[in-house]
Amino acid sequence: MQLDKALIGHTFKAFTTTVEAGKVRLFCKAIGEENPIYTDPAAAKAAGHPGIPVPPTFFTALTNDDPDKGGLLRLLKVDIGLILHGEQHYEYLAPVHVGDRVTCQQKVVDIYDKKGGALWFVVSETELKDQTGKPVAKARGITVVRNPDGAKK
Amino acid sequence: MATAPKFDQVKVGDALPALVLPPINRHQLALYCGGSGDHNPIHVDIDFAKKFGFKDVFAHGMLSMAFLGRLATSWVPQGQVRKLGTRFTSITWVGDVITVTGKITGKREEGGARLVDLEIKCTNQNGQDTLQGDATVVLN
Repeated sequence: MQLDKALIGHTFKAFTTTVEAGKVRLFCKAIGEENPIYTDPAAAKAAGHPGIPVPPTFFTALTNDDPDKGGLLRLLKVDIGLILHGEQHYEYLAPVHVGDRVTCQQKVVDIYDKKGGALWFVVSETELKDQTGKPVAKARGITVVRNPDGAKK
Repeated sequence: MATAPKFDQVKVGDALPALVLPPINRHQLALYCGGSGDHNPIHVDIDFAKKFGFKDVFAHGMLSMAFLGRLATSWVPQGQVRKLGTRFTSITWVGDVITVTGKITGKREEGGARLVDLEIKCTNQNGQDTLQGDATVVLN
């Protein structure tokens, strides 16, 4: 298995998703977050938020809402069972609240291998903007692909 | 709501209050599958995980990263978190007991904001780091 470095620079189709209260509530339940600002509008307002905010890593739920989900793996022709998450970084530029419409666009920024091709690394960046076009966050992730053929040398 | 410490009251090397989590269980992985939209079966379907050479299902890396986020937002209000990042350094298995710790690694002023850099990480019951992360927060 070898990944095609010509895919560096590939930009995926942007999509827009709505920040839903129920999705934020389920996300918080899953991660054990019990602060009521994430579920109760009154608690959010009392804490100075104009609406219910989203936890710092909820952006993963937004980017996973892509109607063309799995696009990166289809582009790379990689089976989902072979991937691991190598790194993830978020930069927060403006608050996001329940009800906001967020547009996400992902781009492949680097592809490289290590250990003689036993592991491949795909770096992608996603820009997230709200309904006014204001950038709200930038995400940078590294997907690690385990080469089923093992090391090449 | 977190009552944020003040910039002048913290120093490099200070530790954040740690977060000790209940053992990771399969139910939590199922909830996170739905809540995060990460439907990779390797985290919830043991047959699938075994087919790809794993002994069992294992936790989503992003579930543990959410724990890093919880540590940050238990120390400062959400709006004061500027950056959060991590490397996923080892797999978190069902039954693992994760402790989230953090400490201050830097203090600086940038563009009129007073910033504090943090090292935050997840460590399992064997003392092995599973996530080695960092964050930047604003303190007033």
